[in-house]
Amino acid sequence: MFPNQFEYHSPGTVAEAVALLKKHGDDAKVLSGGHSLVPLMKLRFAAPAVIVDINGIPHLDYVKEEGGVLKIGALARESTLELSPLIQSKFPLIADAAKLIADPQVRNRATVAGNLAHGDPANDHPAVMLALGAELVLTGSSGQRTVPITEFFVDTLATALAPDEILTEIRVPVPPAGSGGAYYKIERKVGDFATVAVGSQLTLDKAGKVVKAGIGLTNVGTTPIKATDAEAYLVGKTPDDATLDEAGRLAMEMSDPVSDTRAPADYKKAMVRQLTVRTLRRAAERAKGNQA
Amino acid sequence: MSKHTITLTINGQEHTGEADSRMLLAHFIRDVLRLTGTHVGCDTTNCGACTVLLDGAAVKSCTLFAVQANGKSITTVEGLAQNGSLHPIQAAFMEYHGLQCGFCTPGMMLTAVGLLERNPDPSDEEIRWGISGNLCRCTGYLNIVKAIKAASQAMAAGGKR
Repeated sequence: MFPNQFEYHSPGTVAEAVALLKKHGDDAKVLSGGHSLVPLMKLRFAAPAVIVDINGIPHLDYVKEEGGVLKIGALARESTLELSPLIQSKFPLIADAAKLIADPQVRNRATVAGNLAHGDPANDHPAVMLALGAELVLTGSSGQRTVPITEFFVDTLATALAPDEILTEIRVPVPPAGSGGAYYKIERKVGDFATVAVGSQLTLDKAGKVVKAGIGLTNVGTTPIKATDAEAYLVGKTPDDATLDEAGRLAMEMSDPVSDTRAPADYKKAMVRQLTVRTLRRAAERAKGNQA
Repeated sequence: MSKHTITLTINGQEHTGEADSRMLLAHFIRDVLRLTGTHVGCDTTNCGACTVLLDGAAVKSCTLFAVQANGKSITTVEGLAQNGSLHPIQAAFMEYHGLQCGFCTPGMMLTAVGLLERNPDPSDEEIRWGISGNLCRCTGYLNIVKAIKAASQAMAAGGKR
């Protein structure tokens, strides 16, 4: 299989890339890791006339902490997350999810930013970043703007990115002491898209009560879902079994899956409840192990 | 639409060739460079038969455009043996019978080399995760895992080449 013909550009700077996007508008697509885009092009579900390959732009491949904020550059690969001591020590939720995405070869190419910018509710990082309260830096021809992750996902495969914008950086506040997170994914086989997946992030006070909760749901709606009802319910409560079960129920109520080859909708809803409970329980354990 | 002159280092030798922007790296390696040890299996990023090392990292060459490899260094299965002696991973696949039909084997071995580069002493569990992007339809994987384990030990004992 091979895609339709296209014009290929490999700009050396973000400014050049953005200028190409502005010139070609909807005809152009950004190529970063390419592991969502290239398969779609090979199947001819996508046929962009112009490809703007950003892989040659220096200084975009980083995962670092600056001023209490985790910064992930546009070209940071999934495999970089797996190898990052910063991610492994301070972001167990991201670490859990990163190793469940596709397979090792794909993770050597696929980027975290691309996983978000593709706008696919079946991808894993959208739910993770919703749970963590990320901010996204979008760079376009008229400059940079910062968009909260809650305003990024507009519809299936549609995001807040304008045609001339590139997602250049992901910013996540480093969680305070007493925080923990977890991601669980049900998949038919290793490396598949999620049948259902849930990411949870908790911050507990010294008495063990929830100060802050974040819950993201993967592949159970037309967009990734932030389970805000469950998050709000948890604040101020001790995460005991009854509380977690009610949070699971509230998360389930916010999900809206469809039946497909992976599973019937009823099963998916039931699993949203279960995975919410299990990820919250694991997040609470990790949070307790991470008290200052 | 757009033709590109691509210069890359493949198995230590520099090559230059012409490719359409849409030509996939797997086809450039097989059809332009005539290195047919890189196999195209599923052509959908699943099976891993087309795995090569791109600047040392295992990638699926059916999911990159050839033009993306311009200026880069690639290792294919033809580059594993050196001076007439097999790479330890090849020797181990032979000794532990890590193959039957052999179709998946080039990709399987290159994935293993990429894994051992990053993690020279992997557990069985880590090897299984490491080859989760490679499908073998004959062996049942047991001997492949044994072969990779044995190669890791041989490479630790003999020093990496």
